[in-house]
Amino acid sequence: MTRSLLIDDIRQILLPLVVAVLAAMTLAWAIPGARAAEPRTLLNVSYDPTRELYQAVNDAFIKSWKAKTGEDIKINQSHGGSGKQARSVIDGLEADVVTLALAYDIDAIADKAKLLDGKWQGRLGYNSAPYTSTIVFLVRKGNPKQIKDWNDLVKPGVAVITPNPKTSGGARWNYLAAWGYELNRTNGDQAKAEDFVTRLFKNVPVLDSGARGSTVTFAQRGLGDVLLAWENEAHLALQEFGGGFEIVTPSLSILAEPPVTVVDKVVDKRGTRAVAEAYLQFLYTPEAQGIIAKNFYRPRDPEAIRLTTSAFAPVKLFTIDDVFGGWRKAQAEHFADGGVFDRISAAKK
Amino acid sequence: MSNHAIREPVAVRWTLTAVALGFLALFLALPLAAVLTEAFAKGWGAYLRALATDVTLSSIRLTLIVAAISVPLNVVFGLTASWAIAKFDFRGKSLLISLIELPFSVSPVISGLIYVLLFGLQGLLGPFLAAHDFRVIFAVPGIVLATIFVTFPFVARELIPLMEEQGREEEEAALTLGASGLRTFWLVTLPNVRWGLLYGVLLCNARAMGEFGAVSVVSGHIRGLTNTMPLHVEILYNEYDFVGAFAVASLLALLAVVTLAAKTALEWWHRDELTATSH
Repeated sequence: MTRSLLIDDIRQILLPLVVAVLAAMTLAWAIPGARAAEPRTLLNVSYDPTRELYQAVNDAFIKSWKAKTGEDIKINQSHGGSGKQARSVIDGLEADVVTLALAYDIDAIADKAKLLDGKWQGRLGYNSAPYTSTIVFLVRKGNPKQIKDWNDLVKPGVAVITPNPKTSGGARWNYLAAWGYELNRTNGDQAKAEDFVTRLFKNVPVLDSGARGSTVTFAQRGLGDVLLAWENEAHLALQEFGGGFEIVTPSLSILAEPPVTVVDKVVDKRGTRAVAEAYLQFLYTPEAQGIIAKNFYRPRDPEAIRLTTSAFAPVKLFTIDDVFGGWRKAQAEHFADGGVFDRISAAKK
Repeated sequence: MSNHAIREPVAVRWTLTAVALGFLALFLALPLAAVLTEAFAKGWGAYLRALATDVTLSSIRLTLIVAAISVPLNVVFGLTASWAIAKFDFRGKSLLISLIELPFSVSPVISGLIYVLLFGLQGLLGPFLAAHDFRVIFAVPGIVLATIFVTFPFVARELIPLMEEQGREEEEAALTLGASGLRTFWLVTLPNVRWGLLYGVLLCNARAMGEFGAVSVVSGHIRGLTNTMPLHVEILYNEYDFVGAFAVASLLALLAVVTLAAKTALEWWHRDELTATSH
């Protein structure tokens, strides 16, 4: 074999390889999207069902900020199970603002990573929760299993879909709502409440990691007889999937207050505090409250409430502070490692 | 051995073939058909519009970038590792082989978590990186690292058996004739394994573009910034945008089909050289 022959052989293999790599890279750079000079960005790390809400809110805020300051900004979104999202922020996901499903997940960011002030919840109105929601049931059209209230969920043969309380905020509200219902019925018997929730979770065939995953499992993949869902998520599913479902409002449920706050360390480092704070304050304006109501979250603004009362069924609500003594206590007792939910999961097997 | 198989009764042979084809149809053709049906459920226009959104294009871009970085690095790594293992004797060789195979036996989610533990804000190097404003996880470098980790056995695994099969005679001859080590590698070793290498690159690329688990852990899921195509498929699906989800999925499926076709073609053209890898 002569040397030139061998070099030809190498060329035969290396040249196409190099060409392929270069072509891929050129193609990658040529696709428009992120090459141009970027405007200032905010990252909103949020929980699972708020994708549509914040897409609408972001568009409105970007316009309002532009009108006020003349600056173009871009707001990036990240969504997932609330606990998982908090974990990511703790691990270094640079969120300018967090808009999570429950206060404990923001407490965790303050406690574990010291990224924000421990007294964050007093910084904005209404416990820093610009909207509320509650937990309702989504059932299949005609309600074939006749599910009317929480006690129907523990009946044998009823398949209940809920996400995993370990990763999902909505699932923790689901769990606490069920617990509070039984506690109320038995005049505060904790053992009976635990037994009730244990039986309920025995009826759960699959635990997704976030609320949206569960909705898709129930509505698109057709699993289960009833979905325990955020009220907003249930209404959105009705809108997306049309006539196949109906909403059942239980006799008693929990007042869910999904809070929002600025992540101090991140905004100070990135120089985005002013715009991040304006973004969260914007949520309390009549314009944003209208968007909130349109996306089936219960607004705080009395005017917005007046306009949308028809969309929300009246339901008796209890708060986590009244029944469970606040989120930190509920989290430690029920959802921490070795807590009641772990006992319930073990009993399931 | 092979003669024995041919003497099996016709019924047995037909049943075996039917079972194999049935499996193929059930696990390959049907899902592929389902993906394409869903992707084109609202016609070509909707399909193209779904692909042309900013976030989808940026996920495609990110996937190409990740593959363009991780595949060449894996080629270099695979070549050097297999060259060292097949052509030299040294202590700890079997340990090196096991290490190369490690990513195959570790769940991808764990591979991703390793990087979170290492580079996360609460991790070993996290505070240092944060102080110097250098982001690894929840940014492109972390996604590339996770992809390299899960794909790094692919090239080496193709090349090691092939190089071992070919032995060291040609290299020894080259060295005796006065060629340097590097020159021997370029002119003797590399040309001998070129088809095996290409085959390894194809597999490596397919996995790099399709990886979900490890990338999901380190991505942070920021739309338009850190979502690769597989992650973007999940997001679109969860947003009830089924045409969009399956349109992106169809691109990934297309990649798989092209890879399979190229792999089959390679196997067919160069079956003699590749016998070493398939025993």
